[in-house]
Amino acid sequence: MDAPGITLEDLRRLADLARLELGDGEATALAADLARILGFVRQLQELDTAGVPPTAHVMELATPLREDEPDAPLPPEEAIRNAPAHEGTAFLVPQVLDSDEA
Amino acid sequence: MVAALGTLRELAHALEAGTCSAHELVRQSLERAEALEPALGAYLGLRAEAALREAEEADRRRARGAPRSPLDGIPVAVKDNLAIRGEPLSCGSRILRGYVSPFTSTAVAHLERAGLVVVGRTNLDEFAMGSSTEHSCAGPTRNPFDPERTPGGSSGGSAAAVATGSVPAALGSDTGGSVRQPASFCGVVGLKPTYGRVSRLGLVAFASSLDQVGVLARSAEDAALLLGVVAGHDPADSTSLPQPVPDYAAALSGDVSGLRIGIPKEYFPEQGGNAAVFERVRAAVAELVSAGAREVTVSLPHTRHAIATYYLICTAEASSNLARYDGVRYGHRSPRARTLAEMYRRTRSEGFGAEVKRRILLGTFVLSAGYFDAYYRKAQQVRTLIRRDFERAFEHCDLIATPTTPEPAFRLGERERDPVSMYLSDIYTVSVNLAGLPAISVPCGEVGGLPVGLQLIAPPLGEPEVLRAADAYQRRTDWHRRRPAEAA
Repeated sequence: MDAPGITLEDLRRLADLARLELGDGEATALAADLARILGFVRQLQELDTAGVPPTAHVMELATPLREDEPDAPLPPEEAIRNAPAHEGTAFLVPQVLDSDEA
Repeated sequence: MVAALGTLRELAHALEAGTCSAHELVRQSLERAEALEPALGAYLGLRAEAALREAEEADRRRARGAPRSPLDGIPVAVKDNLAIRGEPLSCGSRILRGYVSPFTSTAVAHLERAGLVVVGRTNLDEFAMGSSTEHSCAGPTRNPFDPERTPGGSSGGSAAAVATGSVPAALGSDTGGSVRQPASFCGVVGLKPTYGRVSRLGLVAFASSLDQVGVLARSAEDAALLLGVVAGHDPADSTSLPQPVPDYAAALSGDVSGLRIGIPKEYFPEQGGNAAVFERVRAAVAELVSAGAREVTVSLPHTRHAIATYYLICTAEASSNLARYDGVRYGHRSPRARTLAEMYRRTRSEGFGAEVKRRILLGTFVLSAGYFDAYYRKAQQVRTLIRRDFERAFEHCDLIATPTTPEPAFRLGERERDPVSMYLSDIYTVSVNLAGLPAISVPCGEVGGLPVGLQLIAPPLGEPEVLRAADAYQRRTDWHRRRPAEAA
């Protein structure tokens, strides 16, 4: 298949999926970068990979099992120490719903 | 300026003989780092007070005849994407500003268990995404051989620190060449172990199926010593390998007789690249042949697709791994957000640099509905073909020799505006990560006053073999003893 061109609209959709907010100049530059990178990776389409199994991971390990032993977790007071905002051991975040929607 | 530190082996001898103390070594390391730092930019932070205290403890242990290891009290540096409890962990990113690690990575815990003293955290491309250490929010590290050039990346700070002798060795991480390429550009040894040989617990994730902790040092012998410290199974990393860790230093017999060295014809093109680099690498192979090794031609036919495959897989994994930076639990949070959704978007937009955003967007694209099969799944299939290439080649040879990079260090800013040209500097290193193999870069000459690296690749768990060949080469040559002029 052809590498798609990346329109500004496409880029805005991707940015939304990735939770990024892009300025206009930034979006234009990134759309051009992505188009160029996708043009480059398009070379893979020339390879016939019918019947080739995908490699997700090089180590063909079975999921290792271990005894389920209780261990000391990171204490909540320590885990919360890096939080930008917290109350006790709870993370504080801005309102979840837009007040217009609520 | 205070003198450069010697090798791990030399410093271990000096401590054993009592001709110097750990405190003296750590002080020398810190003073040298501070003197070089304004021009070099290798470190993101020095742990002067803690390191000197740890050195004193090491001296006391040795005085009572109970050092933790022969390396007890020797200073080392650690790339700033490996967690150290109580220390900042920035990954060269604004988004982790103010973050202090609540736990220690397994690799660093192994250093501590052997008594090694971490003197500083080294600079890197943001989240290890880059080949030049220019994508760090703290600014670039400079190449010790030419300040107008990049030290390579992403472990550029570790490579520059070792090259200039503020530490004898350092830890880095290698996802597509990030230990070997800067080692090559800075004239030091860089070893990327087999995938899973060193625990990834506490190594900040970039592309989890490719990431591996590696070591940078002055000699293959030192790389063997340090790998022996950090390698091993970790019950807390389910992808770490259960095989026992051999005595790597004991494998360094100097004997390469009968060793079959494969030269992949695709890595030595008739045109393109820097002819002088290929000539140095061929001369290095000839040196090993004169020591008794045998050269055989092999083929890795999918080499030319490795970069595309790598950038599809690593960006897909990165887009998923970096979803965790959302401003909720740690790091930067945008103050300009009214709702949670706005907070996520603004935090990430303010916190991530351009290359990280580029990769997150590309990864999001290749994983998105309608493109997954054509891009991500296709890349995973080509990854299988690349692995099979190596399996077939290793039926005919014991090691594969290639240049580490097609050219010596490029200029700062030269490739920043063109991501594809930046990605192409990884052409000889990424296949090794896609196949999960161990590989080393060893200094093998200079072109225009800049170091050139020989890469040796082995089958899985072949670290003793790459180290033995690299050490045999270094017994016969002195490229690894050269230092950049100002750091001599």
